[in-house]
Amino acid sequence: MNGDNRNVAWEKVKLARHPKRPTALALIARLFPDFLELHGDRVFGDDPAMVCGLATFDGRPVTVIAQEKGTNTDDKIHRNFGMPHPEGYRKALRLMLQAERFHRPIVTIIDTPGAYPGIGAEERGQASAIATNLREMMSIKTPIVSIVLGEGGSGGALGIGVGDRVAMFENATYSILSPEGFAAILYKDAEQAPLAASLMKLTASDLYALHVVDEVMPEGPGLHEDPTTGFVAVSGYLSRALVALGGLPTERLLDERYGKFRAMGAIYDPMHHGETDENQD
Amino acid sequence: MPDSLSERKERLAKFKKTILNKEDSARSVDIPEGLFVKCEACGNAVYQRVLDQNDGICPHCGYHFKIGARRRIDLVVDPGTFREMDADISSENPLGMPEYEEKLAAGKKSAGMPEAFLSGTAAIAARNVAIGVLDSAFMMGSMGSAVGEKVTRLIEAATAQRLPLVIFSASGGARMQEGILSLMQMAKTSGALSRFRDAGLLYISVLTNPTTGGVAASFASLGDVNIAEKSSLIGFAGPRVIKQTIRQELPEGFQTEPFQLKHGAVDLVASRKELRVLIARLLQFHPEVRS
Repeated sequence: MNGDNRNVAWEKVKLARHPKRPTALALIARLFPDFLELHGDRVFGDDPAMVCGLATFDGRPVTVIAQEKGTNTDDKIHRNFGMPHPEGYRKALRLMLQAERFHRPIVTIIDTPGAYPGIGAEERGQASAIATNLREMMSIKTPIVSIVLGEGGSGGALGIGVGDRVAMFENATYSILSPEGFAAILYKDAEQAPLAASLMKLTASDLYALHVVDEVMPEGPGLHEDPTTGFVAVSGYLSRALVALGGLPTERLLDERYGKFRAMGAIYDPMHHGETDENQD
Repeated sequence: MPDSLSERKERLAKFKKTILNKEDSARSVDIPEGLFVKCEACGNAVYQRVLDQNDGICPHCGYHFKIGARRRIDLVVDPGTFREMDADISSENPLGMPEYEEKLAAGKKSAGMPEAFLSGTAAIAARNVAIGVLDSAFMMGSMGSAVGEKVTRLIEAATAQRLPLVIFSASGGARMQEGILSLMQMAKTSGALSRFRDAGLLYISVLTNPTTGGVAASFASLGDVNIAEKSSLIGFAGPRVIKQTIRQELPEGFQTEPFQLKHGAVDLVASRKELRVLIARLLQFHPEVRS
């Protein structure tokens, strides 16, 4: 909890899940008016929780990979509340590899409570689908920019989140698990979620401090009130990031991507300076 | 203080009587510490010594008990060839999570290691390999920054030295107490495997009981050959979470190693006693790679 007695982290959790918060398709409509959706993993099916396709941004083609939660009850059910199945991750990978082949930058939009924990998802290899994306994204030879729009839920978020740049909206969250799940595991009581949220370091400013995200995008009154400020911010950020990354030779792009994730974590290593080795420098 | 012989005999007699009477043996009996263990699968009491001599496999039903990382190394590598690396790396409490230091201390004590991952180089059937083992006695083999760093360094060492890589996983997943930093270890370890793969080297991943969550969804699933050891729970989400989500009972055998073989997640299922020979055979199919 903060000194002023407000549980800021829990407030952000509620904002990130706010029913009026724009979902990925609203952001896509604003950023990529000519978005053309492409479907299917070519193996099992098409996952409506993962929306992928082509668009033009700043006059250049890009591939867009986004998690979509849905907007009304029917749509939410259709989208499985933004919880992708393995075929969603495989569709994302198929289209990311396609982007590499055509030298298109990739923009991923993260907004998921997590990868779906269900019987079919397990049968079709949820663990393997996410793991494969993590490995492949590290070596895709085209720039990747990831935007955390709302909820960055665990491995389900990271499965499209291995970007050269990762930016987060001010009221978005990104965590290893939902605060409810965290509380259930650590305190055996999901009701302790607000306490868990306050400990987990899941807000955009926390993650910026931990070097997990590169930029926090302001929302003004909050995306749920009026998305204008936030959408202007993300558009500007994306322009700058794509220009900066587009100027890098491929080898350097990949080395920097590897180095970025390689440096994450904090360990005790007596062989190196005998103290904390947090985020290298 | 050790129990007196008569006390032990008395407790043993009580224990036997209960087993023979087929009463609920799990809770009603005071099992002498370290002498007997009860098999999770068949419920039979097993002499600890017999179990140890049988590589931790129940002599009654073949159930594979969990074993520690050092024991695993002994079972798999040529005697005397293991050279540990990064032995001093351990965890901090980067998020200042309450009670984490106590849990780390308890993990160190129960696993007898500074962290949940033991790594190094060794020979298997005279082939040099980079080898790592997760130990579920240390905070459920969970992956925080230290485990992620050790796994990554092992993969990088294997890449640099052009060695085949063998990793035994046993983990509940990413370590909650390090939050997002644990999550990022999934990208870090999997990313290191991308470079290892591009170097044309062989990775054998052995999934043991349990391999779930962030470890299953990163390096454990990425073997060129994935082997599941018998008696293993393997999956992304834990059965409890799935049950809560779908609000129905899970099918018989869900997330067991035969389930994973049937659904194509692993290449092979093997008993603990077969693993050494199996790994040696796989190595033979992959002649040494020179850069």
